[in-house]
Amino acid sequence: MVDAATHPAGSGDETILDRARAALDQVCDPEIPVLTIRDIGILRDVRQDEDGTIEVIITPTYSGCPAMGMIAIEVELALARAGIDAHRVTLRHSPAWTTDWIPDSALEKLRAYGIAPPTKGSNSKRALFTNEVIACPRCGSSETDRISEFGSTACKALYRCRSCLEPFDYFKCI
Amino acid sequence: MGEFDKNIRFEHLLRLADTNLILGHRLSEWIGKAPILEEELALTNIGLDLIGQAAALYNHALEVSGESSVRDADDLVFMRDAAEYKNLLLVERENGDFGHTIVRQLFYSAFAVPVWEALTKSADSEVAGIAGRAAKESLYHLRHAAEWVLRLGDGTEESHRRVQDAVDALWMYTDEMFEMDEVETAALEAGHGVDLVAVRREWEKTIREVLAEATLKYPEKCWMLKGGRTGKHTEHMGHLLAEMQFLQRAYPGQKW
Repeated sequence: MVDAATHPAGSGDETILDRARAALDQVCDPEIPVLTIRDIGILRDVRQDEDGTIEVIITPTYSGCPAMGMIAIEVELALARAGIDAHRVTLRHSPAWTTDWIPDSALEKLRAYGIAPPTKGSNSKRALFTNEVIACPRCGSSETDRISEFGSTACKALYRCRSCLEPFDYFKCI
Repeated sequence: MGEFDKNIRFEHLLRLADTNLILGHRLSEWIGKAPILEEELALTNIGLDLIGQAAALYNHALEVSGESSVRDADDLVFMRDAAEYKNLLLVERENGDFGHTIVRQLFYSAFAVPVWEALTKSADSEVAGIAGRAAKESLYHLRHAAEWVLRLGDGTEESHRRVQDAVDALWMYTDEMFEMDEVETAALEAGHGVDLVAVRREWEKTIREVLAEATLKYPEKCWMLKGGRTGKHTEHMGHLLAEMQFLQRAYPGQKW
């Protein structure tokens, strides 16, 4: 990342880059509004070209995630609202996004929102027939059943808790 | 590693992209008629993954060929005719019953997992990035198919018969996946490709394991059909394209 201090801008101490970063920190995932795109690891970098243009680098999550187009629009809107017209959004595939990039603080936000957070690195296993134990995000019980590995969005599986009887989403790890 | 011809590199990316796209499209045909709601979500979710993987590969292929300013992924998808499509024959087959669809998923996913894993080491870092994610997604697809084959094979007499029929009917399309022709060989030598002989060993091991667990018979050697990778397709392909491409053919350039 470009060091903001080396790019002094016109107004006061706050540079355009600072303003861009602050604006982008407010952009939430459209499917999981408790997480920002920085929390989830979609927002990889914000930098400034020589000519002042702000470049935002985002990495898509699941290949089939239909929210990526929406996220790019939200990024552009956030920058426009912050008065930054010269900007572009770059999609970067390498390195591949992984749920391991989501920090612990964000995992806790997911759980509080009612989505069981991904268990780190668990899909690196090659086992064909496995049944991972996922704790219920509401009552904490590990007495749960997987209903379907493919749930309401590309990133979620559907589970049911046998203790509190509530259905819940599990954020699948990749 | 020598110079990797631009056209061969484009062709190599197109094959994988086309195969993913066509299978994704076939899965989308289950919308509204899957046996249960959860399964409808699963099949179409997998279809979305496949089409997303294809889109990333198409965009990259157009960068590689230097055509990204003259045509885009939609042009490749909606404006090419059957002979220009380089997908595997296996994926263009009609869906058939749920057993056929699931066996096709098993055959393709068991192939896709080692292919994507090998591509994570591609000399092309963009492909390596796309593959990193796709390899993990494909593991979910494989597990989904394997669990269903187990349930159907070791289920009722009727489900066993149907899924064994599907295994036998689709077997003749599997050999094509592993053919090291000129394009695959050139890609491998350039550090962009996959050793399909090694993939075959892993594929056979996976299929043997799943079929045995599901009380199904591993098919005998039979006559094998190929041609998809060179644009020679079955009669199913034209019908698929007619439906998929109708809107763009009738109203070129139309957008949502």
